[in-house]
Amino acid sequence: MRTRIAAILVVGVVALGLVMSPGCKKSPEGTAPETTAAAAEPIKVGAILAVTGPASFLGAPEAKTLEMLVEQMNQAGGASGHKIELLIKDSGAKPENAISMAKQLIDEEKVLAIIGPSTSGETMAIKNICEEGKTILLSCAAAEAIVNPVANHVFKTPQKDSDAARRIFEVMKDAGITKIGVITSNAGFGIAGGQQLQKLAPDYGVTIAISETYDKQETDLTGVLTKLKGAEVEAVVNWSIVPAQSLVAKNMRQIALDVPLFQSHGFGNIKYVEAGGEAANGTIFPCGRLLVADVLPDGHPQKQVLVKYKSDYESRYNEDASTFGGHAYDALLILAEAIKKAGSVETAQVRDAIESLQGVVGTGGIFNFSAQDHNGLDKEAFEVLTVVDGKFAVYEP
Amino acid sequence: MNLSQIVQYGLAGITVGSIYAITAIGFNIIYATTGVINFAQGEFLIVGAMTAISLSRIAPLPVAILGAVLITTVLGGLIEIVFIRPVKHASVLRLIVITIGLSILIREAMLHVWDEKVRSLPYFTGTPVSTVTILGAHISPQILWVLGVSAVIVIALTLFFRFTRTGRAMRACSDDRMAARLCGINDRWMVTLSFMLSAGIGAFAGCVISPVTQTQYDMGAPLAIKGFTVAIVGGLGNSMGAVAAGLFLGLLEALVMSQFATAYKDVVAIVVLLLILIFRPSGLFTRSDVSALRTV
Amino acid sequence: MMRLRIYYPVIAGAIVIVVLHLVLAAADATYYMTQITMSAYYALVVIGLCLLMGYAGQISLGHAGFFAIGGYTVAVLTTYNLAAYRDAPLLARCHSLGLLVEWQDLYGREILSFSPWVAFGAALLLTAIIALVIGMPVIRLKGHYLAMATLGFGLIIYRIALGTPILGQADGISTVPPFPLFDGLQVNGRAPFRVQNYYIAWAVVLTAVVLSLNLVHSRVGRALRSIHENEEAAHSLGVNTYRYKLAVFILSALFAAIGGALLTHYNGSIGPSEATVMKSVRYVAVVAVGGMANLWGVLLMGILLNFLSLRGVFGTFDDAVFGGILIGMMILAPQGLLRVAGVRTIVSRLAGRSHG
Repeated sequence: MRTRIAAILVVGVVALGLVMSPGCKKSPEGTAPETTAAAAEPIKVGAILAVTGPASFLGAPEAKTLEMLVEQMNQAGGASGHKIELLIKDSGAKPENAISMAKQLIDEEKVLAIIGPSTSGETMAIKNICEEGKTILLSCAAAEAIVNPVANHVFKTPQKDSDAARRIFEVMKDAGITKIGVITSNAGFGIAGGQQLQKLAPDYGVTIAISETYDKQETDLTGVLTKLKGAEVEAVVNWSIVPAQSLVAKNMRQIALDVPLFQSHGFGNIKYVEAGGEAANGTIFPCGRLLVADVLPDGHPQKQVLVKYKSDYESRYNEDASTFGGHAYDALLILAEAIKKAGSVETAQVRDAIESLQGVVGTGGIFNFSAQDHNGLDKEAFEVLTVVDGKFAVYEP
Repeated sequence: MNLSQIVQYGLAGITVGSIYAITAIGFNIIYATTGVINFAQGEFLIVGAMTAISLSRIAPLPVAILGAVLITTVLGGLIEIVFIRPVKHASVLRLIVITIGLSILIREAMLHVWDEKVRSLPYFTGTPVSTVTILGAHISPQILWVLGVSAVIVIALTLFFRFTRTGRAMRACSDDRMAARLCGINDRWMVTLSFMLSAGIGAFAGCVISPVTQTQYDMGAPLAIKGFTVAIVGGLGNSMGAVAAGLFLGLLEALVMSQFATAYKDVVAIVVLLLILIFRPSGLFTRSDVSALRTV
Repeated sequence: MMRLRIYYPVIAGAIVIVVLHLVLAAADATYYMTQITMSAYYALVVIGLCLLMGYAGQISLGHAGFFAIGGYTVAVLTTYNLAAYRDAPLLARCHSLGLLVEWQDLYGREILSFSPWVAFGAALLLTAIIALVIGMPVIRLKGHYLAMATLGFGLIIYRIALGTPILGQADGISTVPPFPLFDGLQVNGRAPFRVQNYYIAWAVVLTAVVLSLNLVHSRVGRALRSIHENEEAAHSLGVNTYRYKLAVFILSALFAAIGGALLTHYNGSIGPSEATVMKSVRYVAVVAVGGMANLWGVLLMGILLNFLSLRGVFGTFDDAVFGGILIGMMILAPQGLLRVAGVRTIVSRLAGRSHG
């Protein structure tokens, strides 16, 4: 009797899992087939995002952004008249899931393009698959290796780590800082950032006196920072993501390590400032301009896009917009612009069109693609920001 | 390294160690009564902290914490009644697997109730930047809270288990459940009570460390792993041993960090755990009655 | 002979596999084979774990670690570029022995690395050694101490994978070449090789099942079952419990490593996510729901659950489903789903198994 209950329950759990969260989230307006002659055929766009799991701070805003944007676009008639059918898959930041889902989207759903994945590890795992499957991949992950060496169908929207490092070093050079300590998390983002810092420091006359890696799940960083304090550094650079970013700021002040703190562009959400409280004031970091959209001068080319995205996102989802969601926004925007330019939804033509896009105003910056540059951003995409009285502001030296 | 640097490392070690210690205390209660290691213990800490954070929006901090502790206590009791009690003839294997499943379910429930963002409670005293100076080195006052609360809990537990009837009844259950039942002790309620106590203490611990470590829905598992590592090292069932082992492990990690690359710090705890399990499973601070633990 | 009866399900299974292929081909849906193939390699792990948990009664919360050892060894040895050292005498010797291969990667770079056969052999050897070294002290432990120790082992492997530069750290290794077997067969994830790899994966899995069935129905298997029922009694009857448990531990580790190695070639990549605690827990959940000591149940559940999970069918509830299964099974049906009355008689007739 009990085993029978068990059987029913397990089947029920599995069925519940199947029902409650369909693996593919479809956009609201996309599924009705267009029968009238005037409308063009709908296009399928896939997305592999880490909505849950260790990279959910990336994937969740990216998924929400895409759903919001697709709905807006479909209400306005779609991308050049083609309604968009969005298929979001939650990979949980696991490369093996990303591989399986990529193959699904390419072989079964035959999507025009895949947006995502959210992390570099997943993107590298599916880079070959998308290239061989001749499907456009617009990655929201940061690693330089995604577009270097260039694969024809693979693009990425986040800014380059090396440019972020360059902006940091420029500020240091101006401020006369020559001896620094670098701490990075052991996630892919942290390691990549650490490598760029090592590579570029000599160009700006900066010596990295000490460089340490900590675990991304670390709950307290006073030990590592004590080590930096012992090395008598003039500034600390932290390259990580949440929650370590706020911890560093607090721990530094708690052990009286009173030197400037530089963060990476992973610091892209006002919540991290709130989490750090007073300690976050004075942090200097390069970032996309989304966070200071409201204080940009009115003539700034990005202002309109940024302000609209920020207010739409915040009013719809009741949470602060972050630069991470912006990477997905840019990906879909680029795809739509390419479709418009190519005047078709054939993969090869859209792909060629992406490479020829110039001056696309996105949230991360202004994109200029070419056959050799599948990222399209340079260091001007970054604005150096700081935190004043718990709010983001543009850094004035 | 001068004196203040050494003291600073020591304080760093105590900071981390206190977090481990307070997490470990909760394991011992359930173990002491049922002989089971509750893998879901880490989740109680996070549930407590998250609830307190939500409540703190509508109530002052002490009320929020009290509310969170009460809610989590009830939750712990419910979990025991629904998931643990129905299991008849439970082998240790089965119960371990159940608590693992529970920890996953609770974590996923938290994800869907609270979403993935990182939050924290406000500091009990002072601000994120206040600092207390000891011998030229600095530490956040919140750590002193963690240590203080750990001490109070351990003392209260020791008194409870040694001098109250319920406490002694719970210890009787762990020694020999059948005999306890024959003495008229309602062993099933003792088990429920042990879960409730563990959950409540876990919730309080979660609240007090939340300003330091911040709170995110998936922090339960890493905390639990460190927590029961420390509990085993100190000797399962031995709360004072757990605190001592926690501080010991924290200081050991700080030592390793000062001499080697920081990346090796996390391996220290696991290696210590394996060494203890292989050579002295009863723990560092408990007598070695190991016959029940080894096979041939 | 009576012994042949136990192989009937294997033959039945093989027929089902072929029929499935034909059905999918007719429906023009062979793309499902991707997830089935991946699930088959994951199923290797649970078959081994079934032997360990169901028959020898030893829990392991770290089996994803062995999967990772197999996968990473293969990945490193087949991708590490030795071209710079090609003139060193030792390497020249290896090359002439055919241990090294030259190939071009996706970007046209010349790579000189170990041949996949050498890498595979090295993976097995390394896994066996590590399983022996870890198993020797750990098998002596009981109950939650054993669980904790295996968990600790899994964590160490995860930390090593996450922290070592040559293993790719957090991003893993993603340029793993295919594994040419013989006669033009390759373990390769690309579309043209899909059907081929479907059969390769199932061939490996069925071989593992046959080996396991042999083991279970042999003297060793009976000794294991006696250990599971009552270890002290078995010991007093002269069964060398320690050695048998250790042997099963190493065997289950090898199964996991083979699964890891082959899946790494199939996917072309591996990352630290294959070595996490959650993965180990999922393997345990599959063994639990399949019926601890029920090879076929475990295999079936492994394929089904991994298939659904890989396709993202569970959505954001992926982990929750496995957690729920763990709890449900342990509380209500510790003998597994296939023991439900009704299903039970059918299964036992098919399997010809006598014990309940």
